[in-house]
Amino acid sequence: MPASSEVPLARPSHPLASKSMDNLVRTSGLSGQFVYFEPHLGLLAIVLQFRSGADFPMNDILAGLAQALRLVVSFDPTLYEITLRSLSVTLTATIIASLIGLPLGAWLSVNRFRARRFVIATLNALMGLPPVVVGLVVFVIFSRSGPLGVLGLLFTTKVMIIAQVILITPIIASVAHQAIRELWAEYHDLLISLNATRFQRIKALLWDSRRALLTASLTGFGRAVGEVGAIMIVGGNIEHSTRVLTTAIALETGKGNFALALALGFVLIALALGVNYALHFLSRTERSSRW
Amino acid sequence: MNRALLLSASMFAFASAASAETIRMSVTTSFANSGLAEVLLPEIEKGLGLTVELLVVGTGQALKLGETGDVDAVLVHSRPAEEAFVAAGFGTHRREIMYNDFVFVGPSSDPAGVIGDASAVEALQDIASSQSAFVSRGDDSGTHKMELGLWKTAGIAPEGSWYNAVGQGMGAALNTASGMDAYILADRASWLNFGNKGDLTIVFEGDPVLFNQYAFIPVNPALHPHVNAEAVDALEAWLTGDHAKALIEGYTIDGQKLFVFNAKPD
Repeated sequence: MPASSEVPLARPSHPLASKSMDNLVRTSGLSGQFVYFEPHLGLLAIVLQFRSGADFPMNDILAGLAQALRLVVSFDPTLYEITLRSLSVTLTATIIASLIGLPLGAWLSVNRFRARRFVIATLNALMGLPPVVVGLVVFVIFSRSGPLGVLGLLFTTKVMIIAQVILITPIIASVAHQAIRELWAEYHDLLISLNATRFQRIKALLWDSRRALLTASLTGFGRAVGEVGAIMIVGGNIEHSTRVLTTAIALETGKGNFALALALGFVLIALALGVNYALHFLSRTERSSRW
Repeated sequence: MNRALLLSASMFAFASAASAETIRMSVTTSFANSGLAEVLLPEIEKGLGLTVELLVVGTGQALKLGETGDVDAVLVHSRPAEEAFVAAGFGTHRREIMYNDFVFVGPSSDPAGVIGDASAVEALQDIASSQSAFVSRGDDSGTHKMELGLWKTAGIAPEGSWYNAVGQGMGAALNTASGMDAYILADRASWLNFGNKGDLTIVFEGDPVLFNQYAFIPVNPALHPHVNAEAVDALEAWLTGDHAKALIEGYTIDGQKLFVFNAKPD
């Protein structure tokens, strides 16, 4: 390349990557055995030792774990930003989908109508909606040239929420329907003899099956939080705007930064676990006196 | 129930915090992978008070986003496609900014004997005649179009079990090549920034046909009135100005200069 350099400018280090981590991965590929000491963390000395026979991908996984730990402990701002965005997008989608899906599941349980079997079968089938297709359809609808383009929602977190609501509402409704149907079989005679209105029946069933409904919502959350196909297309993975954990993982994998991608993956798994723990704790499930 | 509604409404609002002056630009993966964006965007924000949101996609999709009006401007590298885009009225004009170059990457053992070849075409002929594994982007990107053009010049129809079209971005294709110990055509920036090089190394570079011109195209505001044409004009002036020139020409990875600024003044 022809040269006429005026302003010397070094390659900016990746906001999530540390130089020593690069070296860690590099070293591990060349020599089988190495000791890793993270100098930036005075409190935390991570020492990893591998036997020389360890595979390179194995080293990547350990390096990923170490880096995940380092990012979390050092309060890396980029990590917290995309983690919070993952959480807010998926929690919002889960709440909206639950508000639609749970009553729909209950309504389907207590009503007998001609197309009932067809509706339930359709709902079950929609549980397996391919995210990439949902993403594409939502994209085309919200594109500036599409029917809802005037709203200007494409490449925002709002449209990511919409795509996820479409993906997980059938899941939440199906699981809720299954649970409430069994309870309805038990409550049927009682509620009929009490002359409860249809609305009262649905309310009683929803409340008494709340543990199962929590599972329904968490199933939806689990599907949405790890989803990348739809939100990549409709969100566009824009830094500081629509980048979330899953799209960041796809991006870093594409750059060959496996350790960083894995680190983000571990954070994602921790996030899913954390939300589940928190909800189970708050709703006091599995306590001896209550079921 | 009400509380849940309120909560979801407030989160919806939080999830879409508005920003002042923002434009969207679709760029190719090779530009984003080079890391140059991380140098330019903060300077643009400082100098113009303008936040540029990047959509990192292949050239084909980048132009499509301009066509549908989902971005305000396009920065890509595939001259015939760009000229067709402007001719169809989707963009107002095409402004050349800078160029970088492509390199052939392959296993260091070089089974096809590409090292020392005189031209890019000769390199391709060596790969094809030795039936050495080759990975193609196969995604209608600028890099893919460049590769297909070179095969055509070499008079070879690339097909057979040695030719692997992965249909993915530069990074994914490089990961595949690294796993297969295959040859691949890559832009220099993506290659230098790539973290999973394995046994691969640059086996051929320097042929002028491998130069890769980037051009900036504003999306036509006559077709899409919502486009922020004023901000796009300001961005174009900035990208073709002296400060951008200094930043682009001074940008290096591992001591290697990546881009040559060649925008002509108005």
